[in-house]
Amino acid sequence: MPEKKITLSVSVNGVVHTATVEPRMLLSDFLRHELGLTGTHVGCEHGVCGACTVLLDGRSARSCLTLAVQADGVEIETVEGQGSIDRLGRIQEAFRQHHALQCGFCTPGFIMAITDMLRHHPLESDDQIREALSGNICRCTGYEHIVNAVRELAKERGPLT
Amino acid sequence: MGDDEMKPAPFEYFAARSAAEAAEALAAANGDGKIIAGGQSLMPMINVRLVKPTILIDINRIAGLDRIEKHGERLGIGATVRHRMTATDALVHRHIPILHDAMHHVAHLTVRNRGTFCGSVCHADPAAEMPMMTLLLNGMVTALSIRGERRIAASEFFVGSLMTALEQDEFVTSIEIDTLPPETGWGFEEFSRRHGDFALASVATTLRIIDGVARDVRFGMMGVGETPLRLPDIETLIEGQTISETLLQDVTEALKELLHPNTDIHASADYRRHLAGALARRALRDAWARATLRKDGANA
Ligand SMILES: Cc1cc2nc3c(=O)[nH]c(=O)nc-3n(C[C@H](O)[C@H](O)[C@H](O)COP(=O)(O)OP(=O)(O)OC[C@H]3O[C@@H](n4cnc5c(N)ncnc54)[C@H](O)[C@@H]3O)c2cc1C
Ligand code: FES
Ligand code: FES
Repeated sequence: MPEKKITLSVSVNGVVHTATVEPRMLLSDFLRHELGLTGTHVGCEHGVCGACTVLLDGRSARSCLTLAVQADGVEIETVEGQGSIDRLGRIQEAFRQHHALQCGFCTPGFIMAITDMLRHHPLESDDQIREALSGNICRCTGYEHIVNAVRELAKERGPLT
Repeated sequence: MGDDEMKPAPFEYFAARSAAEAAEALAAANGDGKIIAGGQSLMPMINVRLVKPTILIDINRIAGLDRIEKHGERLGIGATVRHRMTATDALVHRHIPILHDAMHHVAHLTVRNRGTFCGSVCHADPAAEMPMMTLLLNGMVTALSIRGERRIAASEFFVGSLMTALEQDEFVTSIEIDTLPPETGWGFEEFSRRHGDFALASVATTLRIIDGVARDVRFGMMGVGETPLRLPDIETLIEGQTISETLLQDVTEALKELLHPNTDIHASADYRRHLAGALARRALRDAWARATLRKDGANA
């Protein structure tokens, strides 16, 4: 069924993109296939694993549960905006130092969720950190080193004002 | 991307700018339209093609639905109020502390940023917190269609697992729930496999202590039936009593008779019945202790 395509305009990591897509295209597929931004990973594609986490207007969201057309006019941040191999972003650097990744499949999702956490959540105890991380699944690390990385980042950030 | 590479089946999309526009689009869809709010329950079903609407009607851009407001002794929650907002709202914290507690069991940070209170109630998952809280707090659902507005009591709203009393051309604009008198004690207990997962079973109860005994007792459960439950038999059992070990034992026995939970891959019926008793005892002790504290606080 050839349904009506829709034109949308989004800003991704500060760069504006305009595209015309089918309404059913998921934001995760839009980022990966239309814009070539394959840093955002897809695991389960039904909201369970968190690998596809991006920020929409500053708050974390699962891009596999968002339609690209819903993001019209929205500011999107993806893991590509965090840094590069030569210049790691602060969260990426903390992951490297603490061995918070092994295969790396879950890492982009964790990094984007942690970006939201560091901006908005108290993270005063390990319990709070673990609760905040609970929407992201990692099959390799056993989480311990991810918690260590976040603890350091939270300490560096200090209390939320 | 090619046609067969996309997860969802094709549909049209309409971002409504007003509630009236959404009602018109829903009526025009003639039963094949779906409202999308947070998308946190709908999109998984669309991605696996369990749900194949011809049109999705997006209510996220309708102004004015994103508020929590106090109307007298009731709190109104608009259709685009996110879980994050309900969990952190000062009115909720002050006037319905049990809802504040319950919200901390709902899903995870990222899901809470998007999912809505009204969307959860419309989804009507028998193991979800917000439908149960709506029932416990004598909720009143406001539904809109091109035929006009209709108010549906929570006690009539949940008709089965994932089934509500909404007509196919109606959608929810807001839900009103009770605030609780300040001396009310409450207990909320839930058991799930991991924090933020759906509950295997949960108990929510509120009561006041008047002349040394429990009054205005409310007792709700979820995860143990096709819909969230209010249990009037348990409420009557507790009304006018003090919470003693004997009474808690009676409640446990009564629950065994009353509940007919399902066995599924998460837990057996027997285990759920056992959980129900254990959670009820804890929740009632908490409610009694809090009611005692709050009463003393008010007298001091
Ligand atoms: C990983 C994960 C964990 C979760 N854990 C929990 C949990 O522990 N507890 C819990 O309660 N929930 C949980 N959820 C579900 C979550 O709370 C959803 O947000 C909620 O169930 C649906 O709200 P929504 O706004 O996302 O609705 P949507 O997904 O947009 O819609 C759900 C259904 O309701 C209908 N609908 C939505 N809004 C309206 C309206 N205003 N009028 C009429 N119909 C409407 C839609 O058509 C659809 O059929 C979880 C979800 C995920 C992905
Ligand atoms: S791919 Fe989106 S949550 Fe798993
Ligand atoms: S590092 Fe492999 S899944 Fe997390």
